[in-house]
Amino acid sequence: MKQTISVLVENQAGALNRITSLFSRRAFNIDSLAVGVTDDPTLSRITIIVDNGNSVVEQVEKQLNKLVEVIKVRTLDESSLIGRELLLIKVSANKNSREQIMTICNICGAKVADISPTSMTMELSDTPDRIDTFEDMMRPFNILEVARTGVIALQRGGGKI
Amino acid sequence: MKISSTKAIMECLLEQEVDTVFGYPGGTILNLYDELYRYKDRIRHVLTAHEQGAAHAADGYARSTGKVGVCFATSGPGATNLTTGIATAYLDSSPVVFITCNVGENLLGKDAFQEVDITGIAMPITKAAFLVRDAQSIPDIMRQAFAVAASGRPGPVLIDFLKNVTSADQMIDYEFIPWRQNRQCAGIQELNSSHQLKNPEPNQQDVEKLLEMISQAERPLLICGGGVVRGKAEKEFREFAEKLDAPVAITVMGGGGFPGSHPLTTGMIGMHGSQASNVACAECDLLIAVGCRFSDRVALDPKTFAKQAKIVQIDIDRAEIDKNVLTDHHIIGSARRVLTMLNERLPQYDSTGWKAHILPMRAPSVAEDSPILTPQQILEVIRLQVPKGTIVATDVGQHQMWSIKYLHFDYPGQLLTSGGFGTMGFGLGAAIGAQMGNPDKRVIHVTGDGCFRMNCHELCTVEHYGLPIISVVFNNGTLGMVRQWQNLIYGKRFSETTLDRGPDFVKLAEAYGLHGYRVRTRAEMEEAFAKALSCGTGAVIDCILDIDEMVRPMVAAGSPITDFLLKEAAK
Repeated sequence: MKQTISVLVENQAGALNRITSLFSRRAFNIDSLAVGVTDDPTLSRITIIVDNGNSVVEQVEKQLNKLVEVIKVRTLDESSLIGRELLLIKVSANKNSREQIMTICNICGAKVADISPTSMTMELSDTPDRIDTFEDMMRPFNILEVARTGVIALQRGGGKI
Repeated sequence: MKISSTKAIMECLLEQEVDTVFGYPGGTILNLYDELYRYKDRIRHVLTAHEQGAAHAADGYARSTGKVGVCFATSGPGATNLTTGIATAYLDSSPVVFITCNVGENLLGKDAFQEVDITGIAMPITKAAFLVRDAQSIPDIMRQAFAVAASGRPGPVLIDFLKNVTSADQMIDYEFIPWRQNRQCAGIQELNSSHQLKNPEPNQQDVEKLLEMISQAERPLLICGGGVVRGKAEKEFREFAEKLDAPVAITVMGGGGFPGSHPLTTGMIGMHGSQASNVACAECDLLIAVGCRFSDRVALDPKTFAKQAKIVQIDIDRAEIDKNVLTDHHIIGSARRVLTMLNERLPQYDSTGWKAHILPMRAPSVAEDSPILTPQQILEVIRLQVPKGTIVATDVGQHQMWSIKYLHFDYPGQLLTSGGFGTMGFGLGAAIGAQMGNPDKRVIHVTGDGCFRMNCHELCTVEHYGLPIISVVFNNGTLGMVRQWQNLIYGKRFSETTLDRGPDFVKLAEAYGLHGYRVRTRAEMEEAFAKALSCGTGAVIDCILDIDEMVRPMVAAGSPITDFLLKEAAK
């Protein structure tokens, strides 16, 4: 089962390293990881998605809580989180295929970020599964490059961690 | 007040009431040692032969005094030489602050001479590792480091100062605040908002639930773990055990948490656990483990461990609950606090029937006569001759298991042993630290020939500081514990374990200016040990043993706890 863990940490060198090393020590593979500074510049939020059994993740959560750099840790409830990922995708495009690509972009809500005589680059911010769908739809046009940010997530409602 | 950064570091040590540090100087830490020169009337520095010895000494000092140990080393190889010592302290939850200096900011990350990323290396083996790049942060970081090392579940902390931070022109604002008050300081307050530096308060309902479980149990067993020792909860634990009237098994790290000669003691539990302890573990219906993390040397097979019992874990560290063995109930809190709460409400129980079943399984504790010297005879001689309260530091292997089995420990800090990391060479360094911290007590170092060879260069430290430490070498000419496995599991293929080589330990002792003795019988041991005790200096006793002595009983790794590969008695 996939679990989304949100961690507030001190924004300093080595903090990310220390946190990820806890996962590698127990041989957990991180599916995705996103880091960015918060409204408070001394703090960063790390969003980690791991695919593992329940109890093991709980163990890591307890270990994370012990680190001096870590301010708060919360495993987000899948049913009540807002998760978003940003995708940049470059595909081959010419005057014959551009219109078809635009149709799919309109359906999926993607924007064109760049265009050239032989290619188009789109951006899309959405949930990971909808991004997967869009990526699949682009596959027939010959994908040249893909970059995904990994999911960032917050809990729904007024509460905060 | 403005003072130099190095002076601030010394003052911060004095804030923590540090009067002894262990270490070894070098290029990048020169500024700190220069300042130490001016503080030598207030801070005593113990110079070892090797940084690893200094690390173990600071650890032994911390374990035997209950204070935070302090160890200095320079950058690069000085720092990496500490790592075995840091990991040893981490695995056994010993509070030590390691202070290293690194190259200057202008050289950082450029592979400068003696540069290494020690905060990166120390990351998985410390509670926290600080890199100090700004002199003004020194007081905050020093106070945080000591607070983190000593609070909750104790452990090592590393501070790495860049050389330019310690240079003479670095003047910082500083005010002396004794440690009892500096928990209110800004740097600590920030830390306290996210990390409870004070111990977690046990939940009263959890305590009630355990009392209820106890009232329904018929065959309770207690495990005394390292948490009882670190938490100095020996009085509370003893009261709890006596009220519960339950057998008490003691882990390696729990040695000293419960008197080894107490009528309720069943001895060690686990791989070399006594038959009484291991059978009690398999047959009990309630197992209460205090400050014990169920390591793979205790819960050899987590699936069958105490399978008839409800398992209750009492621990200060939430991350230990359900880590190795799934429990039925747990209480978070310091051993002392939880046991006090339990004792307040616990009536006197009577487990006569259960005790009558378990306690007679204990092996006789008197050494048998034999023409050649046996391990039990050596330890019996030590036990009968040493003054009460003598501290024992061991290395790792057969002699360690025999020491824990045959010597009796009565208070926390009396047994110094590397239980978690299993560091060969730990003993002599730890003994030096313990003797420095406890000048009024005797310190005995029990070791094997393999372990002794690893750090015997610290005999120069023993001699230089006039420490009356006696190293008793269990010399069987082999890496005994590994040979035991080769004997029992690897078809007697003794691959690279035979140590048929020098040095002559008696001559070695003499070369270092100490007394050396060689013994082959019990009578010789009695005579040599008495001489060593009264000679006034350090001594080495080379005890010649049979190469095939084994630690009994033994359960193979991963097996159910009562599947004895070797029985208690020989033959």
